[in-house]
Amino acid sequence: MHSKKAKFVSRNGRALLMLIVVVSACKREQRQFDPPPTTTNPAIVQSELQPGGAPQPQTSTKSPVEENANALSDGKRLFSLYNCTGCHANGGGAIGPALMDETWIYGSDPASIHSTIVEGRPNGMPSFRGKISDYQVWELSAYVRSLSGQLRKDVAPGRSDDMNVHRSEQRVERKTPQQSTIPKAAEQP
Amino acid sequence: MSNKLHIAVARRFWCCAVRRARFVLFPTLTALLLTGCGGGLQSVLNPSGPQSEHISGLWWFMLITCTIVFVLVMILLFAAVVKGRKGFPDPIAPPEKETRESERRRGVVVAVATAITIAILFVFIVDSFFVGRGMTAELDRKQGINIEVTGHQWWWEVRYQDVDASSIFTTANEIHIPVGVPVTFSLKANDVIHSFWVPNLHGKKDLIPGKISTIWLQADKPGIYRGQCAEYCGHQHAHMALWIFAEPREQFDAWRRAQIQSAASPATASEQRGQQVFLSSACVMCHAINGTPAGSNFGPNLTHLASRKTIAAATLPNDRQHLAQWVDDSQQIKPGNRMPPNKFSPEDMQALLDYLQSLK
Ligand code: HEC
Ligand code: HEC
Ligand SMILES: [Cu+2]
Repeated sequence: MHSKKAKFVSRNGRALLMLIVVVSACKREQRQFDPPPTTTNPAIVQSELQPGGAPQPQTSTKSPVEENANALSDGKRLFSLYNCTGCHANGGGAIGPALMDETWIYGSDPASIHSTIVEGRPNGMPSFRGKISDYQVWELSAYVRSLSGQLRKDVAPGRSDDMNVHRSEQRVERKTPQQSTIPKAAEQP
Repeated sequence: MSNKLHIAVARRFWCCAVRRARFVLFPTLTALLLTGCGGGLQSVLNPSGPQSEHISGLWWFMLITCTIVFVLVMILLFAAVVKGRKGFPDPIAPPEKETRESERRRGVVVAVATAITIAILFVFIVDSFFVGRGMTAELDRKQGINIEVTGHQWWWEVRYQDVDASSIFTTANEIHIPVGVPVTFSLKANDVIHSFWVPNLHGKKDLIPGKISTIWLQADKPGIYRGQCAEYCGHQHAHMALWIFAEPREQFDAWRRAQIQSAASPATASEQRGQQVFLSSACVMCHAINGTPAGSNFGPNLTHLASRKTIAAATLPNDRQHLAQWVDDSQQIKPGNRMPPNKFSPEDMQALLDYLQSLK
């Protein structure tokens, strides 16, 4: 009698526990379908470039999308739609430097990448100011970081829409970012 | 006992039901199937030019021949069954012993039937060979218009070639042709294989990356013909349609003259602002509007957007509301397509729409 009751409790307890685990996975993230509009004709902002290999000032601006898998897959798509692939290939680098390695010329934190995209950089990185909406720039910079494994594995994209050209961002080993010690002008491959 | 009765009653009921339903069901089903035939805008059975007449001629010839053969076979089969029943009233009696004579007769029948089948198939082969030749033979001698069509995921780039470079122009998804003039299509692709298929005018032709395929067609009647990509090419394959507008020569020439022009310059203040929005946002990175700094060919050329009836490869009608939905978030309409969402303030959006709608 006693053991029957115990069995009943343990079985239902387990089911309840499983249910809780499953339910806790709901609403893991909030998808944003209507990000704020792009502002047109923004005031020109002077970029704050640092000479040589000096570290970039760490900005406190926080990326709104680093933990959002949906935004990351958007970022992955935008990376080819906005033709970043034209200069950086699929992260391995071409005219522009590799983005899947551990060296960074202008900093690896989300805010630095954000400003790389918005401001452009002197050795050939065009400025996308006003062209790409702020939210999409965050999506792009998060995706750039996922190329070298800087993001959580359950957030980074797991597959490509087209033929796979490198192992999925989810399976990339995390590389410890390093400030490039090479003078900027010589980093070009 | 009662169980068995139940089953018997149920069986009885279903039998009757099916028997009764037969009279409604079969005609309905047949009618339903037949609605798929005919139809005007996109149908092989409604040929509107010499090429598709070739194809539909072949189709009708095969259908009629095969129907005759089928009916004959059915009649013979039926006759054999009836005759057989008369010959053997007792179904479990041993079969009649085969005589030499009956064996010989059967041999002749089988041989003749086989010979007829082969002859018919041979006629089919010869006919389809000549139809195929007829469709491609005169290709080099066609002196009409030359249009280059490039398949993209998931829209059609259309470029009107001309010996005079200043008369070359590019449009998208909607092809105008003059009636009664042979039109040569050079078909290309950059990403994956697509297939150009306007059933009323021609058969399918694949667009293969790295290769130019050529076909010619001609519309004998003015009209609008729908085409569709006929080779699976990814997520939005089903939303990759096109229209061909066959028009009288003068109407076509007028259209062509208008298309060669650069875009209309914005007339009102709102249109001017809309142009600013276009040129200072993402649009300019992918679209061309001749006569403005926008010159990218990643997406459809928008120089005369407002002269088109549809947008997004014949997916949406080209009106203000659909244009707004498309620009705002085309991913909700055609998920996975190559145009990202664009978020604007309401004023910017209205101005942009004013501008886009002024591109006559
Ligand atoms: C016209 C070619 C070109 C295009 C297009 C381009 N880049 Fe670049 N990018 C460069 C070059 C060149 C550099 C190196 C700049 C320097 O060293 O000053 C660079 C640098 C960068 C860096 C900094 C790398 C580091 O080590 O700090 C990032 C991040 C980056 N690009 C991301 C992007 C993204 C995202 C896009 C698409 C929106 C993009 N790029 C489009 C050429 C390009
Ligand atoms: C990253 C590239 C890209 C950007 C940025 C972009 N488009 Fe597009 N656009 C496309 C592509 C690709 C298509 C074709 C989509 C399809 O039909 O599958 C398209 C289609 C269109 C069409 C339908 C054209 C037709 O005839 O079918 C319109 C209108 C349009 N875009 C307007 C805009 C406007 C306005 C903007 C700026 C707010 C913009 N686009 C930004 C790539 C882009
Ligand atoms: Cu297709």
